[in-house]
Order: sequence, then structure tokens, then C-alpha cells
Amino acid sequence: MLLIRCPYCEEERPELEFRNAGEAHIARSANIAGESDDDFEKFFFIRSNPKGIIHERWRHMHGCARFFNAVRDTVTDKFIMTYKAGEPKPSKLPEISNEVVAK
Amino acid sequence: MAKAATKKATTVATLSVERRPALAGRTTSAPAVKIEVLPPAERISLRAPEASVAALSKALGVTLPKKPKTSASKAGRTALWLGPDEWLVIDEAGNDPLADCAGVSALHSAVGISHRNVAIAVTGAGAAATINAGCPQDLSLDAFPVGACSRTILGKTEIVLSRNAADAFRVECWRSFSDYVFTFLSEGSRDAAV
Repeated sequence: MLLIRCPYCEEERPELEFRNAGEAHIARSANIAGESDDDFEKFFFIRSNPKGIIHERWRHMHGCARFFNAVRDTVTDKFIMTYKAGEPKPSKLPEISNEVVAK
Repeated sequence: MAKAATKKATTVATLSVERRPALAGRTTSAPAVKIEVLPPAERISLRAPEASVAALSKALGVTLPKKPKTSASKAGRTALWLGPDEWLVIDEAGNDPLADCAGVSALHSAVGISHRNVAIAVTGAGAAATINAGCPQDLSLDAFPVGACSRTILGKTEIVLSRNAADAFRVECWRSFSDYVFTFLSEGSRDAAV
């Protein structure tokens, strides 16, 4: 079982307590009614789906119930780091080692 | 006509209105574990921002813990940290924490959930092993010391788990899930090796 670090509980918890909540850092337009159909489609449907590093929203559903953001590698399925919701995208990612996951 | 009405009223009056708590009297014993249903208690779900915590702590008579996975207890009343702005307050002394919060003017949301939850005590040397049958958290004393509490899962249901002693846990589950939770723990206790 994966251990995911919840930034609010400040510890690693089993993955069964968490739910994925889609890609992170997708800003909703302040004037959503004024969006063109193409722009709305991009905002609403189009996701980056990269092979490698992805920024995602996760929710500690059966714990503190808070949403937070995580950086995950879609190839190895490893969590590289997690950070609180509302914080900016981390500019520098920590080195991944085999001992420490999701710190 | 009047006679018939009187008769009907009498029938209604004799209907049983006895309150039957979920799992009343159910208990299970395995060699290393005892599982029993705890008596009803008063509970509230409390949400409040940082600025209101001091006023609420004063009104409740118990300091709301701010550290993750911790609880605070005083005079039969326990406040369990569930999230950064969320607590479960359990009163086993028969006082109503909801009434105590009503006088607080600081921003907060207190919801009475006394009847929503059922508490189950899991005690004995195999208590941690019993709960670990369906709960993936590390329940060693290092990771989950006495006084620790957490919302987590047991099998397919969500529970609030707290540790009262090295070998005593309190499992709070929703009333409608209580039969499943009790049965799950009973099965788990049969496998709990010490």
C-alpha cells in the first residue's frame, strides 16, 4: 500500500484514506460566462495527462477531509511531494530516493 | 362515535415507545480481546476558525487540541482533533456540549450528532491487532500513542478511532454502519494473535 503524506495531518497515511481529485492548478476564469466555447472546453475538459511528473489534487477523505496538492510520477506511481492547497507550484522538486516516499 | 374515538386513543397510548439503541447489549469476547458497545453519549461536530478556538475552549471547559491526531479530555468530556478546523466533542458525563456552545458569539458551527454515532470499546492485549484487521493505520504505541485519535477507515466504513490506554480503543461509527462495524471487529478479534 502507498503511504501518502498529508500536509495537514503532517504524517504519512495509508492510501485507502485518500481520494484523487483530478489535476491541480486549473484556474477557473473570473468571467466564466464570457469565455468562448473553445476556452471553456480547454478549461473544462482538456487535461495534460503527462507521462512523468503530474500535479494533482488529492483529498484526505477519511482523515482530516482536506484537499491538498501532490506531485506524482505517473510512470513509477511515486509521490514526490505534497503541499497544502492554495500554495504555488513548487519550483524545485526534491530528489526521489527509495527510502523516502511522499515526503 | 365518541366511544370509538376513546377506544382508539387507548390503543395508541399502550403502544410501546421504548428507545432501543443500536447494538444494545451486544458484546463479544475472544481470548485476547473484548468488544462491547458503550452507553449513549452526547456528541457534537464542531467546526471553527482559529480565532474562535479560545472562546469555544472556554465555553466547553476543555482545550480544543490544535495538533493533528491529538485529543484533550477533562471531566468526562473529550475533544478529538479531526481536521485543521474540525473537532468531535464527546461528553460522557451527561452534560450537553451543544448548549455550552450556544452562548459563544465567536464564529463557529456546532451540530449535535449524539444519535448519529455509536461507540464501541475494543479492549485487551489484542485490541490493536483486532482493529488492524480492517484499519490500515499504524497502531503501534510510537505512531498512535495513548490519547491519539484519528478519523480513518475500518473495512468499508469510516470510523473515528481513539486510544484511551495502551490496550484500549474507542471506535466511533455511524449508527447505520454499527452492525457491520461490530461484526467486522468480532471477526477480527478471532484472528487477533497476541
